[in-house]
Amino acid sequence: MRSFYDRIVALVLVAGILFGGATVARAGAYEDALAGFTTDSFGDTADAIDSLAASGDPRTGLLLEALKDQRLLYSVEAKKVFIKDQSDKLTDAATGEAVATPPSDIENVRLNNRVRGMIDAALGSLTLMAKEPGRRLDAAQAVFKSRDSSALHNVDKAREKETDPRVKKALTEARAAIILYSGDSSSPEDKIAAIAVIRDRGDQDALGLVDGLPSDLPPAVRQAAASASAKIQGNLALWSAIQNAWYGLSLGSVLLLAAIGLAITFGVMGIINMAHGEMVMLGAYTTFVVQEFIRARNPTLFDYSLVIAVPLAFVVSGAVGIAIERSIIRFLYGRPLETLLATWGLSLILQQAIRTIFGPTNKEVGNPSWMSGAFDLGGITITYNRLWIICFTLAVFVALLGMLRFTRLGLEMRAVTQNRSMAAAMGIRTARIDALTFGLGSGIAGIAGVALSQIDNVSPNLGQGYIIDSFMVVVFGGVGNLWGTLVGAFTLGIANKFLEPYAGAVLGKIAILVLIILFIQKRPRGMFALKGRAVEA
Amino acid sequence: MSAFPLTRLLDNASTIFLALLAAFAIAIPVLNLLVPAGSGLHVSTYLVALFGKYICYAMLALSIDLIWGYAGILSLGHGAFFALGGYAMGMYLMRQIGARGVYANPILPDFMVFLNWQELPLYWYGFNHFAYAALMIVLVPGLVAFVFGWFAFRSRVTGVYLSIITQAMTYALMLGFFRNNFGFGGNNGLTDFKDILGFNVQAEGTRNALLVVSCLALALSFLICRTIVTSKFGKVLVAIRDAEARTRFLGYRVEAYKLFVFTLSACMAGVAGALYVPQVGIINPGEFAPANSIEAVIWVAVGGRGTLTGAVLGAFVVNYAKTFFTSGWLAPYWLFVLGGLFVAVTLLLPRGIVGTFEWWHERRAEKKITALPASAPHAAE
Repeated sequence: MRSFYDRIVALVLVAGILFGGATVARAGAYEDALAGFTTDSFGDTADAIDSLAASGDPRTGLLLEALKDQRLLYSVEAKKVFIKDQSDKLTDAATGEAVATPPSDIENVRLNNRVRGMIDAALGSLTLMAKEPGRRLDAAQAVFKSRDSSALHNVDKAREKETDPRVKKALTEARAAIILYSGDSSSPEDKIAAIAVIRDRGDQDALGLVDGLPSDLPPAVRQAAASASAKIQGNLALWSAIQNAWYGLSLGSVLLLAAIGLAITFGVMGIINMAHGEMVMLGAYTTFVVQEFIRARNPTLFDYSLVIAVPLAFVVSGAVGIAIERSIIRFLYGRPLETLLATWGLSLILQQAIRTIFGPTNKEVGNPSWMSGAFDLGGITITYNRLWIICFTLAVFVALLGMLRFTRLGLEMRAVTQNRSMAAAMGIRTARIDALTFGLGSGIAGIAGVALSQIDNVSPNLGQGYIIDSFMVVVFGGVGNLWGTLVGAFTLGIANKFLEPYAGAVLGKIAILVLIILFIQKRPRGMFALKGRAVEA
Repeated sequence: MSAFPLTRLLDNASTIFLALLAAFAIAIPVLNLLVPAGSGLHVSTYLVALFGKYICYAMLALSIDLIWGYAGILSLGHGAFFALGGYAMGMYLMRQIGARGVYANPILPDFMVFLNWQELPLYWYGFNHFAYAALMIVLVPGLVAFVFGWFAFRSRVTGVYLSIITQAMTYALMLGFFRNNFGFGGNNGLTDFKDILGFNVQAEGTRNALLVVSCLALALSFLICRTIVTSKFGKVLVAIRDAEARTRFLGYRVEAYKLFVFTLSACMAGVAGALYVPQVGIINPGEFAPANSIEAVIWVAVGGRGTLTGAVLGAFVVNYAKTFFTSGWLAPYWLFVLGGLFVAVTLLLPRGIVGTFEWWHERRAEKKITALPASAPHAAE
């Protein structure tokens, strides 16, 4: 009986809000609703939440938050409700005064799942009116998910006032969701209109809403829902294809970054450098050392750590590369198989050296603030570090291309590649060019290491994971052709990511390897093969 | 050229090698089984298994030397054939466990029961018969090599390209065998073997028998290789190694020669793998790792490519060094040694141990000849 009485009171009060006299009614509604919390009955608590939500009182938010966090207490004897704040201080919920001595029979207001759901919905409708657009958007999305029909009124009100287009769209969608699930209280025409709104939203949630409709709806509505579902599915398939393409671009850029240095040493110079992966690893460890140094000396510079690491990694890996060329590889020109073995030995030595110095475990390399986080673009999420790596890769590629094309060193490199003895006759010191070219390829591998340290584990085995893939890219793209490497890397990256959903990551990788092996049968010199006399040399 | 076929087949080095191998195959079991454990001459069972392992490695090295040293095909994926042979043997040994496994299923190996498989996959059928398994040990690596080689050699994939795609092949196989649903035990591989042909795998007698069988297989492989390289066929292989295009222009079907020797070499590697598995007691996808295949290449390089005895010697020397280094406080330095070995051999000792020895021997012989003014210049072989 008591609950019934409360409900009447609440109804009257709601009517009061709606038909003017708001200020008077408001004050009473809030205090009256509080009584519902003192009866230790879930039904009364639920009703009280309803009336609070309808009261529009500014204190409601605080109270509901407290209720949600189990910080709302009540005393039957005093017929009062108290809010406990974070530091365990009690305040009277009705008057807002601090309570020094709490009544002896004070107890928590109990919650169950239904009540929790109501709190969320009520909080959602409350924040629909919040000042910050972000909170309003969150609230609108919460209502969209809960589809709580009691929020419809608030949604409508908020929608009228709303000026932010994004929030307004979210509110429209929330309203559509409510109407769609409101049973018989809305007409089929309204429902069909609502389905159109949901269809235009077009994501997984929208699909769930449209597919989850009860089957006893009028045929027109059911038909609209079916066609909307098909449309949304088509839309989702498109976005998932775009997502795969994006992941593929991202993987492709990583492959390109790892392979681009190899394209110089293997493609231009014809040296099989099995230690190429270790050059990448050296770059990653350089980043680690730079970050450690910055952490220890000047943490404010942390955001610039990668900018500092890039030239350093180039210098470190490049210097090691030149040392390797001068001490070992120059004695093995013209003997590619021996070069392969010797550089493999070098890779073992470098790995073990790093393991001895830094230990076998993964080293933690942090993301600077401008590389962490993500943003949404249509139906996909784009992380900043992947985006930066793609940009960085293309920048490196363009810089390298420009260097080969427009600088003196690039000219001499091309000359030595094309005709060594003629270049020597023209006064180019070929041995010096060999060393510099190898150093350049290694240095670029070092730069790749800086980028890869952001997305991969920095361990002594870092390079191993990339060496076979890099060779595949270079061989697939065509040796001696940087553009081939670019196309090869992105083709392999995208193909890999499109195969993954069907075949799984490992089988996808195997399929790619098999495809490349078959491809090499067809075009043994890659996609963009060199033609003419250079081929057999 | 008119030399008696047997003396051509067995030159001095070969005779010495076969004699040493025979002595080894007799001495080790005798020292292990007949000499009492306390005696200084006693060879422990651990060493017997270790030597057995070395013999299998030597066979693998021999198979690589046949294609690399004589036909110029550098395969960085020969470990794959070794492992395929090993897996075929492992499957036979798994089926021999029968109901003695942890789950006591008379048909299904433990890992299949564990994965809730209800029946044996089709490709596991027949492996309970040794003859069938023995056939598969040769056939499976041979077939893989034949198909792979047929594609590769026909489209004239040579040199480093071939090396890289053989490496990709073994890498792809490794990824595949790591998967549980491939039906080969996933990353645990096949292990816990009990019997081979009814004898306990762990028993001393079986271990010695396996060692002797391995030595016999090595001797047989060696003789097959010798027969090939001393024949006209072998001369063509060397011609392909040194000038492939010229050999083709002379009218030889280069692809066919390469394909035959590549397939044969893969079969040999498969047998080596099959003998290896019961002696070490496990086969897992790690055997497919590209690093293993490259390591096997360095055995050949150390011993001397193009000298069959060198391949065997290299396998022994490098693996002995590996055992020596990895079993003590020197363990962290083993990779430095191995890496250094790769560099040093290619730079300083391109002919390998045996090759350098032969070269030095020939030079001395040449000097003697040039000391006699009347003699004609002697062409090095």
